[in-house]
Amino acid sequence: MKTNATDAALDSELAAAAEIAAISRKKREAQARRGRAWKHTFLIAASCVMLYPLFWLLSASVKPENEIFTTLSLWPSTFQFDNYSKGWNGLPLSFSVFYINSTIVTVLSVIGNLLSCSFAAYAFARLKFTGRSFFFSLMMLTLMIPYHVVLIPQYVEFLKLGWVNTYLPLIVPKFLASDGFFVFLMIQFFRQLPRELDEAAEIDGCSPFKIYWRIILPLSLPAMGTAAIFSFIWVWEDFLGPLIYLNDIKTFTVPLALRLFVDSQGESAFGQMFAMSVTSLVPVVIFFILFQKLIIRGIATTGMK
Amino acid sequence: MVALTLRNTGKRYGALSIIQNMNLDVREGEFLVLVGPSGCGKSTLLRMIAGLEDITDGTIAMDGRVVNDLPASKRELSMVFQSYALYPHMTVAKNLAFGLENMKLPRAEVQRRVAEAARILQIEKLLDRKPRQLSGGQKQRVAIGRAIVREPKLFLFDEPLSNLDAELRVQMRAELASLYARLGTTMIYVTHDQVEAMTLASRIVVLRGGKIEQVGTPQELYERPQNLFVAGFIGSPKINMIESALKAGSDGMEVAAKGFQAFKVPRLDTKDGAITICIRPSSIKLGEGSVQAQGTVRLVEYLGNETLLHIALNSGQTLLVSGKATASLKMGDTVTVGFELADLHYFDSKGQRLEAI
Repeated sequence: MKTNATDAALDSELAAAAEIAAISRKKREAQARRGRAWKHTFLIAASCVMLYPLFWLLSASVKPENEIFTTLSLWPSTFQFDNYSKGWNGLPLSFSVFYINSTIVTVLSVIGNLLSCSFAAYAFARLKFTGRSFFFSLMMLTLMIPYHVVLIPQYVEFLKLGWVNTYLPLIVPKFLASDGFFVFLMIQFFRQLPRELDEAAEIDGCSPFKIYWRIILPLSLPAMGTAAIFSFIWVWEDFLGPLIYLNDIKTFTVPLALRLFVDSQGESAFGQMFAMSVTSLVPVVIFFILFQKLIIRGIATTGMK
Repeated sequence: MVALTLRNTGKRYGALSIIQNMNLDVREGEFLVLVGPSGCGKSTLLRMIAGLEDITDGTIAMDGRVVNDLPASKRELSMVFQSYALYPHMTVAKNLAFGLENMKLPRAEVQRRVAEAARILQIEKLLDRKPRQLSGGQKQRVAIGRAIVREPKLFLFDEPLSNLDAELRVQMRAELASLYARLGTTMIYVTHDQVEAMTLASRIVVLRGGKIEQVGTPQELYERPQNLFVAGFIGSPKINMIESALKAGSDGMEVAAKGFQAFKVPRLDTKDGAITICIRPSSIKLGEGSVQAQGTVRLVEYLGNETLLHIALNSGQTLLVSGKATASLKMGDTVTVGFELADLHYFDSKGQRLEAI
C-alpha cells in the first residue's frame, strides 16, 4: 500500500516528466512547421518554373506584336484582345474549319484506339492461342521503335494506297491497335481483374466476346479513361502526322493551321498564333476534366470480395 | 440414378499430372464433398467437372452423356466461387438475372426466378445494391442465388465459406444444409475444412496428390479409414498413430506398441512385422482401459467443452487425449492412459488398413 508521501513524490516526478515532454513536443512541432515551409517553398518555385511557359503563352496572346519577343515582362503594355478575333479569321479559311477537322480526326482516333487496343489486350490477357507470347513480344517490340523510323515506309505504303491527302492514314491505323502503349496499358489492367469473373460469366453462358463486352470493358473504365485522355492529347497535338499526309489547307488540323501564322518570308503574326494556341488548349482541358471523372468512378466500381 | 460419372479422368500439364485415373460415380441428389490438403487437385477436379478446365484423359459423363467437349454453359450446372465472383458493376438483381438473360428466357420468367431466389435466400431488400455495398455473408447469399436461379441439375461449390469469419461460416453452413434439403439437387462441394465436409456431406471423397484415397459417408471415413492418410486427415483433434511391432503366436497375435506393454490382438490379415496402430484422442481414457501406459502431462489445452491433453509416454511418444473430466490436471502431472482394443485401427507398413480375420 502506498503512503501519501510517496504518492506526492510520484506526482511531482510525473509532472516534471510531462513538462519535459511538452517542451520536446513544441520543439518537434516547430521543426515540422519549418520542414513544411521549406517543402512548400520548393514546390511553389518548381510550379512557377513549370507554369512559366503557359503564363508566357497567355501573355503573348494579348501582347502587341512588337512586344512579344522584346520585353521580358509578362504584363503587356496594352491588352490586344483582338489577337483572338483576328487570329480566328486571319487565315484564308476560318479557324472553325480546322477545329472541325481536328475534332473529326481526334474523336475517330480515340474511338479506334479504345476499341482496337482493348480488343487486342483482351486477347493477350485472357485468351489462349498459338503464338501468343511471340505476338506479345512483337507488340512490345513496336513500343521500342521510334515513330520516325517507320515514317518513310509508312508514307510509301499510304501513297500506294492512294490515301495521302486524306484522313485515312491518321485514323485507320488507330482502328488496328497500332498503339502498343495502350495495348500494354490495358493488358496490365485486365490481368488485375479476377479470372473467376470470366469463369462465372462463362458458366452464365457468355462467349469470349460477350465476356469482353459485358464484363471486362465495363470494369476497365479507369484504363479506358487513361487511354482516352492520352490518346486525345497526343492526336489533338500531333503535328508531324498531319504535316506529312495533309497537303490541302481545307483538310488541315489545328497544329498545322497554327504553323500558317509564321511566314518565313513575309510578316508573321505571332500574337494571333499564340491567341489561337491558347484556344487550342481548351478542348484538351475539357476532355481531361470529363475523363478524369471516369477514372475515379471506375476505381470506385472495382473491388471484389 | 447416377448424375455424374468420371471414368479414368485425368489432367496433365505437360509431364505434371494433376489428376490421375479418377473413377467416381456421383449419385443423383447426393451432397458429395471433395476434401483434401491444399494442392491435392480438388479444385482442379471441380473445374474439370464444370468445364472450366479441359480434361486430358478419360471421360466425364452427365446423365449418361459424355460432356468432355461441352462448354460450361451447356452442362446445366451452376458454380459458386470462393471469391463469389459477383459482377461488381451490376446490381444484385442484374447479377442474378445475367445468366438467365443469356439463356434468352422470357423477361417474366427471369423476374419470377430472381424473385423466388431472393425470397429463399432473404436478399429481397438487397436487389438494387451493388456487390461492393454488401457484407461478406450477403455476397455469399447472392452468389448462391446466382447459382439457384439457373435451376441447374448440378451445383458446384468451390470453398464457398472460406472467406467468411468463423461465426458466419457456421451460420452459412447450416443454411447450405437446409438449402440442400429443400432443393434436393446434386451438389459437389470442395473444401479443405473437414468440419464442413463431415457436417454437410452425404459422401466424402478424400483426395491426395490427384488420387482418391477413400470415398464414403462421413461415418465410414471416421470409423473405418482405409489408410493412414484418411485416418490422419479426418477427425479433429488428430488421431494418435503409434508405430508398433506385430508378432504372430499360436493363440493369436501380439502387438508391442512403443510405451505400452505388449497386448494380444485379434489375428490380422498381414505378414508384416511393423504396423501402425491408431486411436482417436477421445477413445483414450485416464486410468481406465484394458491396455495401459504411464505418461507425463506436457500441455493442457482447455477448450471449455473439453480439454485436450498432450501426454508424453515414457517411450517418448506423445499422445493426444481429449475429454471432459481432465480439467483439473496440470503440466508435469503423471497419469495412466489406457484404451480398449475395440477402439484401435491397424495399418500395415504401406499405410493400408488391416482387418481382423
